[in-house]
Amino acid sequence: MKVLMRGNEAMAEAAIRAGCRCYFCYPITPQGELVEYMARHLPRRGGVFLQAESEVAAINMVYGAAAAGVRTMTSSSSPGISLKMEGISYLAGARLPAVIVNVMRAGPGLGNIAPAQGDYFQATKGGGHGDYRLIVLAPSTVQEAAELVMLAFDLSDRYRVPAMILADGMLGQMMEPVELPEPIPLERIPPKPWALSGAKGRDPNVASSFDLDPHRFREILRALWDVYREIERNEVRWEEYETEDAELVLVAYGTMGRICKTVVRRARKEGLRVGLFRPITLWPFPSEPLRKLASRVPVFLTVELSAGQMWEDVRLSVEGRAKTPFYGELGGVVPTPDEILSEVKKHVGG
Amino acid sequence: MEIGVIFAGFGGQGILLAGKVLAQAAMERGFEVTWLPSYGPEMRGGTANCTVVVADEPVGSPIVDRPQVLVAMNGPSLERFGPRVAPGGVIIFNSSLVAAPPNRRDVRILPLPMNEIAQELGEARAANMVGLGAVVKVLGLFPLEAVTEAMAKELGARGRERLLAVNRQALLRGFSLA
Repeated sequence: MKVLMRGNEAMAEAAIRAGCRCYFCYPITPQGELVEYMARHLPRRGGVFLQAESEVAAINMVYGAAAAGVRTMTSSSSPGISLKMEGISYLAGARLPAVIVNVMRAGPGLGNIAPAQGDYFQATKGGGHGDYRLIVLAPSTVQEAAELVMLAFDLSDRYRVPAMILADGMLGQMMEPVELPEPIPLERIPPKPWALSGAKGRDPNVASSFDLDPHRFREILRALWDVYREIERNEVRWEEYETEDAELVLVAYGTMGRICKTVVRRARKEGLRVGLFRPITLWPFPSEPLRKLASRVPVFLTVELSAGQMWEDVRLSVEGRAKTPFYGELGGVVPTPDEILSEVKKHVGG
Repeated sequence: MEIGVIFAGFGGQGILLAGKVLAQAAMERGFEVTWLPSYGPEMRGGTANCTVVVADEPVGSPIVDRPQVLVAMNGPSLERFGPRVAPGGVIIFNSSLVAAPPNRRDVRILPLPMNEIAQELGEARAANMVGLGAVVKVLGLFPLEAVTEAMAKELGARGRERLLAVNRQALLRGFSLA
């Protein structure tokens, strides 16, 4: 049965259905409805909702719950995520699974709450300190947001790597019909023998992100990077739309990805052979499929609500095989489909 | 088919609710929909608007640059969104609060005294439903019952029979005047 839900609420409900039983937060717009939904529903369904005294506290509570083997989540928006970055780096270092939702606003600084995509670098290239990666998933519809939250918990557990949902204010605030995925019974979640679940009858487990011996620490990190390489091999996700005969392919993710779908439809109506390549995993970035496409498509126009961040990954993937112009907006301004179409026309159809 | 409808007015006029009821009704009748509210500081400034897209394929942009239908419940909304309505589209405006009709010859202009009608029905807050009723007629995609059902679902039926009845009347008045 389809229900009409806000993106923020659908992500919260999906988390509960994925077995999230500990949610820690510090409120911030434009993801307030996610917090409210968790406050209303999670305690009734056997979970813990806790509004912490700060973002730093919230992410460290996530660390604790994750170490204990519980499916756990936090959510925030750009400046709040910045505050959580130290804790996220610790989670990555200690190989603790957790889901972090970032409903981006326009930055830097306090910025504003309009839709923006300026946190791509922070999400995919680090943000916190040290050599680590997050699994980063970018939904473009409310349905996909619900599905990717469920997936984020599964992937995070499977690889013991924290996962981030990178959304924006528009997706958080808008309503769309959703077919909610079936709840996962807690007993079906694979056991976590590494968890700090009580050492009675066994040796104690340790959750730690450090080793003072460089050689030992190097081995830990090598093993971690083996896992990252495995994720790159197995978990790349993307959508292609009308790319078969395209002379120009738009590359866009999240909210911008769906707006570009409208651009493709309008362009096709005018006889322009335009397609869309929409990364769903921002890390691992779908480099290989994009590279393959670049052997026959001459122009890739990256469109972002930023000054050009994913654009770097597009250029690294295409490796000079095609032209790679960029079009973006700043400060929370969202370009209209017609504005993007005018940009498209600069590069295609004469 | 992808139709954009913008509802706009003062905060408190039930703008977001009217849009939500339309989206709910369209979804129940098998259409793809999106509902996008204005949020944040804009709302605190006293204006509210929402955009509903109704389509027969998955909706691309939930932001509509050229709406086919505008419901303007006050003057500032008409000034702001009136010029954006697509040629051949429809502007429904609240003639109770707007003195001058919009200066467009390429769209259908539909003045409705939404406040007066609502007051006649004994419920000033039902003005939004007059506008919504007109939208349903103009769209011609589904019968008015789809919307009355969705409204009942949204308002919650228990103990609110009078409110539901009045809103039904308001929808009907808007529908028949369009």
